[in-house]
Amino acid sequence: MFISLSTMEALWWPWSERIASPSPVTAASAFSFRPSPLISREFTRSTKRSSSALSGLATDAQTLYQRLVFRHKLYQLREERNMKPETFASLVSAILYEKRFGPYFCQPVIAGLGDDNKPFICTMDSIGAKELAKDFVVAGTASESLYGACEAMFKPDMEAEELFETISQALLSSVDRDCLSGWGGHVYVV
Amino acid sequence: MECVFGLVGKGFALVVADTSAVHSILLHKTNEDKIMVLDSHKLMGASGEAGDRAQFTEYIQKNVALYQFRNGIPLTTAAAANFTRGELATALRKNPYSVNILLAGYDKETGPSLYYIDYISTLHKVDKAAFGYGSYFSLSMMDRHYHCDMSLEEAVDLVDKCIIEIRSRLVIAPPNFVIKIVDQDGAREHAWRESIKDAPISAA
Repeated sequence: MFISLSTMEALWWPWSERIASPSPVTAASAFSFRPSPLISREFTRSTKRSSSALSGLATDAQTLYQRLVFRHKLYQLREERNMKPETFASLVSAILYEKRFGPYFCQPVIAGLGDDNKPFICTMDSIGAKELAKDFVVAGTASESLYGACEAMFKPDMEAEELFETISQALLSSVDRDCLSGWGGHVYVV
Repeated sequence: MECVFGLVGKGFALVVADTSAVHSILLHKTNEDKIMVLDSHKLMGASGEAGDRAQFTEYIQKNVALYQFRNGIPLTTAAAANFTRGELATALRKNPYSVNILLAGYDKETGPSLYYIDYISTLHKVDKAAFGYGSYFSLSMMDRHYHCDMSLEEAVDLVDKCIIEIRSRLVIAPPNFVIKIVDQDGAREHAWRESIKDAPISAA
């Protein structure tokens, strides 16, 4: 069985935020794939101001990614504007709960800038239970390590460069202790 | 166990598959072709449940042909790969196919490409890939010896290295392999690597 496993986190910061996402590793039968194709597939840049990343089973992440891109483009056509990240999070939550008794095995992390550039981050479990947070959210196989690393390294009101450093260090130190994720990371700035 | 692997070289892509048709402990035949030619410039090597393999690859082949008839132009390799993934994904939670696929193709604009689609419809565009127990050996050999833009001689040499490893180290190693190539001149059989010769039979 092939599982694409990844670890993600989003850190909150007054004016912009980052989603850091390490290149996923496909586990089972000791297969691994090059980072970049998986990242671009799992990561939606839905609007200029909000993004989401999907960890968990690769096939469901790919299917969900395609469905979300479709729904967001439809929204853009109808409303002639971009979706706010809060709205997008509710959409993802609804789509996941639709499959309550046969779920997508995916844990999304969503980050974006809402009205007045107010940062918004949230994560969900595989049936769409939203978890909003003020400071950071994490998901993936190394999530326990990430909780610890972020809790230790996070400070409120960090500037861009410091936030970048913090999120990278937290991510790398967590995935280095996880056999199922690694091979580096991508940090996306919103 | 079925061994299928493939790699991308300079201006071509190779797909290699074993040619044993196995039913439990019985080897029916050793010249079963598991790499289907989808159209002039696409190859689909498949491994898995025998009935699913034959049925699903034929289904994809006929749909690729239908697209060409309807629209007058052939599908790109990426489009065919995404179509295949879509079919597998739709069937996944209804009546799943147990087929692993390596789809190789050549497009004039983008050159050769190889797509890995496993039985739960995970799609990756890759330079080298393998399925089955043979993958334990062929992936390691390819990790060691593969580099970008290999010439045909180098690539076939690497394929032979992988086949030698599979034959010497896999406990129930398939005796025969077929190598198919796709490049700007089209998709075709390149070579066989046989250690057992079946009596020739007329086609069904």
